[in-house]
Amino acid sequence: MIDIGLGHYLTLGAVIFSIGVIGIFLNRKNIIVILMSIELILLAVNINLVAFSIYLGDLAGQVFTLFILTVAAAEAAIGLAIIVVYFRNSGTIRVEEIDKLKG
Amino acid sequence: MIAHAIFFYTFSIIAVVSAIMVTASKNTVHSVFFLILDFISISCLFIMIGAEFLGMIMLIVYVGAVAVLFLFVVMMLNVAQQKNQWFAGQATSKHIPVGLIISTLIFFEILIVIGGWKYKPEIFNINNSLANTSVSNTHSLGQILYTDYIHVFQISGMILLVAMVGAIVLTFRQRSGLKRQSYIKQISRERAEGVEVLEVQSNKGVKIDD
Repeated sequence: MIDIGLGHYLTLGAVIFSIGVIGIFLNRKNIIVILMSIELILLAVNINLVAFSIYLGDLAGQVFTLFILTVAAAEAAIGLAIIVVYFRNSGTIRVEEIDKLKG
Repeated sequence: MIAHAIFFYTFSIIAVVSAIMVTASKNTVHSVFFLILDFISISCLFIMIGAEFLGMIMLIVYVGAVAVLFLFVVMMLNVAQQKNQWFAGQATSKHIPVGLIISTLIFFEILIVIGGWKYKPEIFNINNSLANTSVSNTHSLGQILYTDYIHVFQISGMILLVAMVGAIVLTFRQRSGLKRQSYIKQISRERAEGVEVLEVQSNKGVKIDD
């Protein structure tokens, strides 16, 4: 318990990942919060990669964390741009009102 | 060792609670603020564990850019007033058990994988980018990022470029009724259509725009 090892960081990553998945499922109002949940999931993946990288002494994990950070930033930018365009066209970004595809 | 434990539990409890609050908060602006708190505490964990460069980059990229982008969009779309109440309503209630079941399933699957984890003894021999402990984290990361991973690095730069172009193209709007400078009309203007030489007779003057 006092001796912090790899398992603690992996458990933290698992908890944050699960909270992100809960956020995607439970949030039925606002699509921006779904994007934030995706950011949480990517953050959990980053925690796992950095913990493995430190505890194995291998820097490749940190390099790939850097790339995940890049892709997450690009994804946030594109997703928010799509949300802005959708809001401009239809006037709402509530999840239950986005049903153009009849899904 | 005990300081490591204290800092780990402090920051991870803050991170988990703020992650829950990102999901459960009724106001979207509060969700963005809790997301910022989450990123800050996770980057503190990264700095504490020895990945200083990634911790600082997380602060710069997430707190400085992504979270502000989220905040900007939330403010611009004025969705802060639409309450984010996922407990209420008939249509929402059937998603809650499904989501809880699936995410707890995922959580326990990951826990089973973590709990059964054992290192193979040769895993310490197969890694080819060992951390150079004589220089700082940033230095050693730069040493392999610009040599072994240079192509992936440049591809990630291309991804950022494509994302920037895509975001601009998506949100760009050509407004009608604006008076803009037209460079092509300005430079293609000839002397003959702008200037005219007239013989001005005395006491007559010149008629302009007849």
